[in-house]
Amino acid sequence: MTPDLECIGLTRRFGDFVAVDDVSFSVPRGSFFSILGPSGCGKTTIMRMVAGFLEPSTGDILIKGKSVLDVAPNKRPVNMVFQHLALFPMMNVADNIGYGLRRQKLPRTEITRKVDEALERIGLPGIGKRRVDELSGGQKQRVAIARCMVMEPDVLLLDEPLGALDLKLREHMKIELKALQAAFDTTFVYITHDQSEALVMSDQIAVMNEGRFEQVGSGQDLYYRPDTAFVAGFIGEANRWRGRIERVEGGAMEMRTESGMLMRGATHGRALAAGDAAEIFVRPEAIRVAKDAGELDRFDNRIAGTVTSLLFNGAASRILMRDAGGDEEIEVTLPQSGEYAGLKRGDRVHIGWSGDQGNCFPVGAG
Amino acid sequence: MRAGVRLGFILLLAPLVLWLALLIVIPHIDMFLVSIRERVGVRQYQTSFANYLTFFQEPLYIWTFIRTAVMSVLATVITLLIAFPVSYYIAKIAKGRLQQVLFMLCLIPFYVSELVRTFGWMILLRETGIFSNLLQWAGLADQPVEMLYNDAAIMIGLVYTSMLFMVVPLTTTLESLDDSVIEAGYDLGGNGLSVLREIVIPHAAPGIVSGSIVVFMLSLGNYLTPIMLGGKDSLWFTEMIYNQFIVRFNWELGAAFGFMLLFLSSVIVWGMLKLTGQTLEKTMG
Repeated sequence: MTPDLECIGLTRRFGDFVAVDDVSFSVPRGSFFSILGPSGCGKTTIMRMVAGFLEPSTGDILIKGKSVLDVAPNKRPVNMVFQHLALFPMMNVADNIGYGLRRQKLPRTEITRKVDEALERIGLPGIGKRRVDELSGGQKQRVAIARCMVMEPDVLLLDEPLGALDLKLREHMKIELKALQAAFDTTFVYITHDQSEALVMSDQIAVMNEGRFEQVGSGQDLYYRPDTAFVAGFIGEANRWRGRIERVEGGAMEMRTESGMLMRGATHGRALAAGDAAEIFVRPEAIRVAKDAGELDRFDNRIAGTVTSLLFNGAASRILMRDAGGDEEIEVTLPQSGEYAGLKRGDRVHIGWSGDQGNCFPVGAG
Repeated sequence: MRAGVRLGFILLLAPLVLWLALLIVIPHIDMFLVSIRERVGVRQYQTSFANYLTFFQEPLYIWTFIRTAVMSVLATVITLLIAFPVSYYIAKIAKGRLQQVLFMLCLIPFYVSELVRTFGWMILLRETGIFSNLLQWAGLADQPVEMLYNDAAIMIGLVYTSMLFMVVPLTTTLESLDDSVIEAGYDLGGNGLSVLREIVIPHAAPGIVSGSIVVFMLSLGNYLTPIMLGGKDSLWFTEMIYNQFIVRFNWELGAAFGFMLLFLSSVIVWGMLKLTGQTLEKTMG
């Protein structure tokens, strides 16, 4: 089956600056695809090229197998939900949603029917006569999506549409957006700098940095098996050590950090050889805490140390601990099952993790 | 303390009250009283509407009155048609420095007085002027062409004089239109014309109306431009008022004319607001 959206060797330069550098990807029909990256990484540029507001310097954009490079934005079968939604303030809700249909010269009764249907779909029936500025943030969001969905686009582009909402509403809209995507059964391309938005909603995520895609994969792929050091550092939290590889044996490896700690880990198929400079990432939630060393027998990395600070944040509470000999500070997620409720600064703890939970990358190899 | 606040409030309000009372309310009351005074003999007056009657009985007065109104409306429309693309370019297409430079360019002609600006047009348009010479040099005319002292010259002068007062409010309202709203208009299938009609113009409506009101009032009350560019026979209503007050020394009729002009501009502005569904508060806020 031809993918709904395919970009081949997409590049965009602004003068000497390369905003998007030879990016290729394809989005299968009906899937939720996210482009995740820090601000300024070029994700909005990709979006604007797909929508037709910018021309690529080189490369091609195919929608349903057909190149759209020569198609003006108002003729492309893609629609866009803008960052600040860009609802038309001079029109009421029904006129906003019907705007695109009026451009298609549909008969008035048809437009009314489709608009009512769309309002029903987004769960806001009967608000057609309201003014846009009377709506709440979440309602505006849904109206902006309905305004695009009545056009039945092949691809819906969403440019950080949740950015302006407060935290609670954002959490709620994540679930709602995913449900709307399933209900409309349309391909969504979503760009965001918020990894949780991307992880929760997407079938596929592309992590972007400095104009290039670092890795494309499912949320689990990116989280457990990052391809590059950037992805490992960008998705989720991680303790990060630099050092030198001491030994590689089959899938197992050992690395000595700059402060002298020995880390055991797995190569996960990456090209690592003894003597290489490397960087290892271990997630705080992959580390187990214990009060006595005996509980940690099954882990191949074990460290004893003292708690230097408690970072209470509800379910995401962490401790910082310092190992007995060195001056490394390690961040460890604290289970909230009760047994560590009494933990204080200065307490002695043991930590351990299994080596294949870490991800090690050669330094300087991209 | 409270007394101090009260005194401060009164002092702050005083200039406004004085301005309104001394310069607007009192002269108008006095003018109205003058306008309903009929001279029956030397230093003998009686109250009547005879002056207003004179206005309605003399076709030249009514003709000039209507002509002034129509020309002013026309000048407003032409100003709007020219100023809109200019403002759109300044507000939405030009970026950074260019934007400031273009805005300054609109402002610079207003550094000199209206009189000097109008003389500039006379130099261009008169029989021995630049345009006339250019046409002869290009072989398009075999004798000097007089382009002054006609309605077209008056219109050019009025439009030129009022341009800034249209460009400023239009640029301000157009600047407040988010670019992404325009892009959304295109993204959802609109073309240039439908985006202009459904999105840009409705958004700019308050600016269009306030600019139009100012330009219309300036044109209607303009004296210098019609006289200089239209000559003695320009038939502008302010000229009639001037003649009654200064030349004929008939203050009673002049005052009545003044009130007719006030009435005319109020009716047309009110009509314009009704027609566009705007309110004065929305336009001025």
